[in-house]
Amino acid sequence: MSGIFQDRRKSMIALGALAVVLVLLPFVVGAFGQAWVRILNFTLIYVMLALGLNVVVGVAGLLDLGYVAFYAVGAYTWSLLASTQFDLHYPFWILLPLGAFLAAVAGLLLGAPVLKLRGDYLAIVTLGFGEIVRILMNNFDKVSLPWSDTVYNITNGPRGITGIDGMSFFGFKVRAGTELFGLQISGLQIYYFVFLFFAILSVIGVWRLQHSRLGRAWQALREDEIAAKAMGINVRNIKLAAFAFGALTGGVAGGLFAAMQGFVSPESFGLLESVMVLAMVVLGGMGHIPGVILGAVLLSALPEVIRYGADENVQRSVFGFVLIAPEVLRNLIFSLAMILIMLFKPAGLWPSPERK
Amino acid sequence: MSALLEVRKLEVAYGGIKAIKGISFRVDEGEMVTLIGANGAGKSSTLRALSGLVMPVGGTVTYNGKDVTGVPSHALVGLGIALCPEGRGVFARLSVHENLLMGAYARKDKAQILREIDEIYGMIPRLKERTAQLAGTLSGGEQQMLAIGRAMLARPKLLMLDEPSMGLAPLMVEKIFEIINLIAKRGTTVLLIEQNAQLALENANRGYVLESGEITLSGDAKALLADPRVKAAYLGG
Repeated sequence: MSGIFQDRRKSMIALGALAVVLVLLPFVVGAFGQAWVRILNFTLIYVMLALGLNVVVGVAGLLDLGYVAFYAVGAYTWSLLASTQFDLHYPFWILLPLGAFLAAVAGLLLGAPVLKLRGDYLAIVTLGFGEIVRILMNNFDKVSLPWSDTVYNITNGPRGITGIDGMSFFGFKVRAGTELFGLQISGLQIYYFVFLFFAILSVIGVWRLQHSRLGRAWQALREDEIAAKAMGINVRNIKLAAFAFGALTGGVAGGLFAAMQGFVSPESFGLLESVMVLAMVVLGGMGHIPGVILGAVLLSALPEVIRYGADENVQRSVFGFVLIAPEVLRNLIFSLAMILIMLFKPAGLWPSPERK
Repeated sequence: MSALLEVRKLEVAYGGIKAIKGISFRVDEGEMVTLIGANGAGKSSTLRALSGLVMPVGGTVTYNGKDVTGVPSHALVGLGIALCPEGRGVFARLSVHENLLMGAYARKDKAQILREIDEIYGMIPRLKERTAQLAGTLSGGEQQMLAIGRAMLARPKLLMLDEPSMGLAPLMVEKIFEIINLIAKRGTTVLLIEQNAQLALENANRGYVLESGEITLSGDAKALLADPRVKAAYLGG
């Protein structure tokens, strides 16, 4: 992580400046509308997802195309146990750990059968796993047991779950927002700080893991599996650990997502979402935490910025007429940006120093 | 001397096709034994079975009096068997130093590990010069030196080397064998798998000749070197 911050004093100043920016950001952005705060919050969720996937793909070298499944497990755990669906209303300090735990279990369930697979084969199986989870969510509105005719509606199918509880601390409901020293703070802005806390926690967690004995073993596995075994590394265990840890991070992010949105549906957990998170990891710089964060920030904020930049009014002022439908133009610019980055920075925008 | 490694009637098969057809051999403590043979003779299959990478379909492997048949590779390291894999298998995006540290993965005595890394640097000065360099940027010969050094950091009683001369220039091969000889002289038992029969037999104490999954000749290395059958098949004349 060092190298850019040469000495301690400079790095302290940089860190302090970063902290100030991060604290002020939701208020600055909020001045342009709460929609932008929501985008900011999504960015933080993607930072968490990208960091979690980075452990699996970037550090351990296991290509996972179904990562969003764990995000879904976290989100549905929260949604089913804190909503009007079953009229259950558990607090966040049960739901977040539970979501993380269930996601980690899902990670082990995915990991166990794919232990012997690598590369493209692994990618295909994980892709299938991600789709299975999404399809389950989609179809678990009509569950019946073979010996009875009762039909249970668990996930409410494609209509999704509404009326999900937000986060609340000691009776204080985050969603309602608050007033502090005469300053109006919206619910979304409070969520921002909650998400920021968890994002920072993920950064610290991933960094420590990556530099631990386990982290070194993951890197060895990524470089050469047979040699890793010859070093005395129990490859099976560390593969499972990678899947479980990545999934755990995704599970927490999913719970936070459900809490903020108040609505989840299977649509949010498609293959495209997995691909996006993977793109964040690859574009940012696989295995390098600052790079992965940069990738997540860019790829989650860029489409929104383009959405505003490419709208009809802007086009009219430039060309005098609407040249391309805004939605099409947005995807076009976004895809082009990704292609250009990969062409000119194949190791990612901010790769780890040794990979340049 | 007692047998450190004893292989009895070992059989390895891939999908019903037998690659190793019941071979038996032994490596005594302090010896350097070589297993030579042409491409496809079953050298690597034998080593894969010994190092727990494939499960043998028959036979037993005894190490230090214990049955270790089918013990997974990561568990063998703790018993004192180190493998220097075919094609070197260095961790390309880790530095030379980190690679050596990985070799000591199963150990916890940090200070002693660092001392031993220094010993390796003393034995192979080339690695010391490149300590911070990424292993992937080393030349093939240097990578092989690193792979051997790394294997030694597991503090093995038995070092198994899979074709250490493969793809290297003659001068480099000589250097590699100097290192292997040094390791053997210092008391590590060595099982050397080699295609380069001449070189292997010149350096080893004893040898076994493997031909299509069976051992056809065995004995003192110098005697094998002089054997007309070995000469005709492997030494070009």
